[in-house]
Amino acid sequence: MASRVLRPADYATYALLLLGATAMLLPFAWMLSTSLKSGQAIFVMPPQLVPEEPTLDNYTRIFGTMPMGQFLINSIFVSVVSTAIMVLNCAMAGYAFARIKFPGREIIFYAYLATLMIPQQVTLVPLFVLMTWLDWGNTYQALILPSSFGAFGTFLLRQFYLKLPREVEEAAFMDGAGYVRIFFTIGLQLARPAIATLAVFSFMASWNAFLWPLIITSNQSMMTLPVGLSFLNGRYGTDWSVLMAGAVIGTLPIIAVYVFAQKYIIQGLATTGLK
Amino acid sequence: MTAHSIGATNAPVVRAVPSVWRRLWDANAGGYLFLLPWFIGFLGLTIGPMISSLYLSFTNFDLLTPARWVGLDNYTRIFTADPKFAQSMRVTLFFVLFSVPLKLAFALCIALLLNRGMRGLPVYRAIFYLPSLLGASVAIAVLWRQLFAGDGVVNDLLAVFGIEGPSWISNPRYSLWTLIILAIWQFGSPMIIFLAGLRQIPQDMYEAASLDGASKWRMFWKITLPLLTPVVFFNAIIQTIEGFKSFTPAFIISGGNGSPINSTLFYTLYLYQEAFAFFRMGYASALAWILLAIVAVFTAFSFLTSRYWVHYEQ
Repeated sequence: MASRVLRPADYATYALLLLGATAMLLPFAWMLSTSLKSGQAIFVMPPQLVPEEPTLDNYTRIFGTMPMGQFLINSIFVSVVSTAIMVLNCAMAGYAFARIKFPGREIIFYAYLATLMIPQQVTLVPLFVLMTWLDWGNTYQALILPSSFGAFGTFLLRQFYLKLPREVEEAAFMDGAGYVRIFFTIGLQLARPAIATLAVFSFMASWNAFLWPLIITSNQSMMTLPVGLSFLNGRYGTDWSVLMAGAVIGTLPIIAVYVFAQKYIIQGLATTGLK
Repeated sequence: MTAHSIGATNAPVVRAVPSVWRRLWDANAGGYLFLLPWFIGFLGLTIGPMISSLYLSFTNFDLLTPARWVGLDNYTRIFTADPKFAQSMRVTLFFVLFSVPLKLAFALCIALLLNRGMRGLPVYRAIFYLPSLLGASVAIAVLWRQLFAGDGVVNDLLAVFGIEGPSWISNPRYSLWTLIILAIWQFGSPMIIFLAGLRQIPQDMYEAASLDGASKWRMFWKITLPLLTPVVFFNAIIQTIEGFKSFTPAFIISGGNGSPINSTLFYTLYLYQEAFAFFRMGYASALAWILLAIVAVFTAFSFLTSRYWVHYEQ
């Protein structure tokens, strides 16, 4: 296919793809460019994609008026810890649902899978009440725990272990190792591709999470980046260059992760959609 | 094992070595430990809150005073005397009805283009997926606010052509459409799933069809689309459920209240207001259960009708 002669239809396809790719990227380019413009430069007509005199003023302003560093630290901490717990949880549960026989296993699993459908809003009020009752408002555990469990991850890992041949584990069983040891010495190692996929998705979900952190944090020192940005959004109204600087800060870590972990994301999406 | 003792002919047949998995079952106690964290999470973060939420939906509860049982009052009021419920339902249905089919159409078209054996596929795929990845993030919603604001870049570009655009986000005629466009812009994840599905269609079917002189157009309708229906089905369900749950873009772009004049009052946004702005938590719980019921009915209906249009391999 690669060496065939290009026909008119191919040129048309490339043209359409280029057009589409531009439509995908242009808003990001605009976001970055606006964040580098000074107060007057954003009113220049026609709009400039490349600012004439780029400045980092907007970024310093954000860090000066809001505890942006704290938001970042909170976001990183919450995302990393909840991803770690999520991976361990889902790998263990996925392993159990694939390997350990117990009565009602399939029914319980599919009932659990069906909870994917349940809108977060259903558990929102009771979780908020529970956290308030535990006096966990504005705490890391309240931010972390609800995003550390997930049916998607359990499903992903279960499917992975189901497809994995049992020979290696059986050999270990013959040597008298128990489930717990086998899981931690072999099971986790073997599942690395699936774990990587889950870790990336879980990190992204946690990083982008907004509704729950919005509800459970009221103290700026505990807010995650999205909640901080929503505050910024309210306070700076139409001060676009400052807002876009905030948006860049919120987007960049995700794009960085994406560049390195793209493979796992594409694989994860393709496999969950097909089987 | 060859240790059959001589003369023991009427001894019961015992399997010399119990099967590995049989032994596992006996040594299983440790295995259940694996399910313990999962079980605690499931109980504490899903089942428990769901039951509480169902209970609260039959009460008046403001967090400060104990919940007071009111029977079906919340539900009756929602269905008979709540114009905001009706409005939020209209907004959400309109959003789902337009954003999901358009998003899937874009996803399928781009997947078809990419599946023509184009060079640079990984790069295009990565670019087309990027907006999906950032999905419902606050940053993207803030960006969208600027793009479609009165002094946003869309109007700046229109001005170059001498057109004076309205403030898209604060005009109730267009505000919901800016959110629909945002949703369509994020067609990347169904696109990747379509692409994986297209790859699974056996090439010899197309070869056979082209020998019979079938046109590309005909092949799409007779081969590609029917064989792709399981993927269409999957994407449609996932995207519709996502559509009903969508919250962040509407919250950020409307400033948290579904403005202008409730034209972007998503159901989730209304629920949020009731629960966390007015602290009518019983009422909000009833709203949440109605949302769950809608999603459940939609999913069940899709599965029931799927056998009439989804083509499964035998």
